[in-house]
Amino acid sequence: MPDTTSTKKPAPNVSEHPMMDEVIRCEKLTKLYPAGNILAVDQLNMTVHHGEIFGLLGPNGAGKTTTVGMLTTLVVPTSGKAIVGGIDVVAHPSLVKQVIGVVSQTNNLDRSLTVWENLYYHGLFFGMKSREARAAADKLLVEFRLTERAKAEVMAISGGMAKRLQVARALLHSPSVLFLDEPTAGLDPQSRLALWEILRKLHAEGQTILLTTHYMEEADSICDRLAIMDHGHILAVNTPKGLKESVGADSIVTISAAGNLDALAALLKEKIEGATKSQRVDNVIQLHIKGASGVLPKVVSIAEQAGFNITDLSVAEPTLETVFINLTGKELRD
Amino acid sequence: MNMITDTQTAEHFKKLRPAMAASRAAFGALLLRDLTVLRKGLGIFIARTLVQPFLLVFVFLYVFPQIGQGIGGGGGANGESSFATVLVAGVVALSIMFQGIQAVALPLANEFGYTKEIEDRVLAPLPVSMVAIGKVAAGAIQGLIAALIVFPIAAVIHAKGVHPNLTVNWVILLTLIPLTCVMTSALGLFLGTRIAPRNIGLMFGFIVLPITFLGGTYYPWTALAAVKIGGFSWLQALVCINPLIYVTEGFRAALTTAPHMQLYVIYPVLVGLCALFLWVGIKGFYNRVLS
Repeated sequence: MPDTTSTKKPAPNVSEHPMMDEVIRCEKLTKLYPAGNILAVDQLNMTVHHGEIFGLLGPNGAGKTTTVGMLTTLVVPTSGKAIVGGIDVVAHPSLVKQVIGVVSQTNNLDRSLTVWENLYYHGLFFGMKSREARAAADKLLVEFRLTERAKAEVMAISGGMAKRLQVARALLHSPSVLFLDEPTAGLDPQSRLALWEILRKLHAEGQTILLTTHYMEEADSICDRLAIMDHGHILAVNTPKGLKESVGADSIVTISAAGNLDALAALLKEKIEGATKSQRVDNVIQLHIKGASGVLPKVVSIAEQAGFNITDLSVAEPTLETVFINLTGKELRD
Repeated sequence: MNMITDTQTAEHFKKLRPAMAASRAAFGALLLRDLTVLRKGLGIFIARTLVQPFLLVFVFLYVFPQIGQGIGGGGGANGESSFATVLVAGVVALSIMFQGIQAVALPLANEFGYTKEIEDRVLAPLPVSMVAIGKVAAGAIQGLIAALIVFPIAAVIHAKGVHPNLTVNWVILLTLIPLTCVMTSALGLFLGTRIAPRNIGLMFGFIVLPITFLGGTYYPWTALAAVKIGGFSWLQALVCINPLIYVTEGFRAALTTAPHMQLYVIYPVLVGLCALFLWVGIKGFYNRVLS
């Protein structure tokens, strides 16, 4: 909502419970790490609705993990406000912990306990009776296909299993919102797909999820809405489709060539019909096209007439990568 | 800016348990978790509790008298018996001290390490300070068990003719043991949170060893008055910065009739050290787990 409605009463035209379906709300949330004077997150405003999978997409160092840290009480904000599950994170951290489930990027399972015990004791931490915790642990082991390894030490199970166990543990106390920080980083492709399946299933059951990722495919295929982050700021928030449409092009032509690429980019923008944008990104040119077909032969002939030797040429629909380049002028992948 | 509420309004929000009840339950569960881990490693726990006192008592009270390398001012069996009396108190004190530091500082070094496995417990629904206090409580329980295991050994193992003269003052013993267990576990919390996890090994050489040798384990503090430079009993003054000296002297008071530091010094200092180590330990814990 716009910052201009600076009144204490809700505006009359909003519904009776304007915050009804907000599970997370940040206002000007800021984290300045005193060591090194690093502004990791800068005046972040963000809202996550009940039942959605919300993604924070950005490169390493964008401030995603710090944001999750602040929302999960492990990072103390320098300023600003965050409400999670209806509770002020800074004022009532112990209460917030009742309503969140957290899957951290590293394997932080309790190495002194077995697979099953990791779940069981987590249940006890959250006030379950022994019998309840036992039943919940058994049930989640079945759901997450870990029953066979119930008695294994957590260091003895595979990375994919460990991540599933972390997710199971975070869900054991039925949190209002599940946080996952780079959930598939370091997982093999099969485990990644398995985890996506789990997240889709949870989504279908109505679980609110906030995840961070620097994988575009993950953001694109899993998330209902995405915030694109860089240098502690959110640059855009929309559905993956909306973000891609915001590029304003149906197709993106990528051209590799020898010579002055900036000059070629300008030339193509001028000569190609439907070219909305033409820019050099590192060693290639990206040409945005809208409402035109048969572009590739034209690109080749224009380039050759101007004396450029094209070494590679491809055309694709806009991706989140395109969106990121559009917003930041650099590639998401480093 | 819209006003945002910090109360729950929408019906799909999870129903909260009262903060106090949730904290109590979580605290109990954290303790249970630590005791479960202790139970799993009970054999190692007992072995590590026994090895040091056993060696001390074996060498000093069994081997030395037999090879004629007597210790103790009086010489002969009398001197050895009086050394045995000194050592029993020292060994019990030392065992609790070791246990407190090992039970708290060493696991913390792992749990704060790269994987941050402490995180799941920090995310349990209780204040972070309570997680730290739970660590101290679990450490204190281990110290208590160690005391129970060690005391009989110290009192029983010795060569023929060497007899420690033990006169138990139960009031002192039963107040001193819990106080010592908490103080040493709090010291463990302090060390475990202030020493970088990768340097935890250095703790033994630079902290535990000086504490042991200058902690009145092998000699009573009162006897140090004889170590003088220019009429000043410098060593007796210096060891007062060692927390262990108050523990060994306390056990001397509890177990023997030998001269010892005044109880009106021992108790307030031990209580003060408890408070100090808890305070800096909890602060250190915050610094480790929150950023």
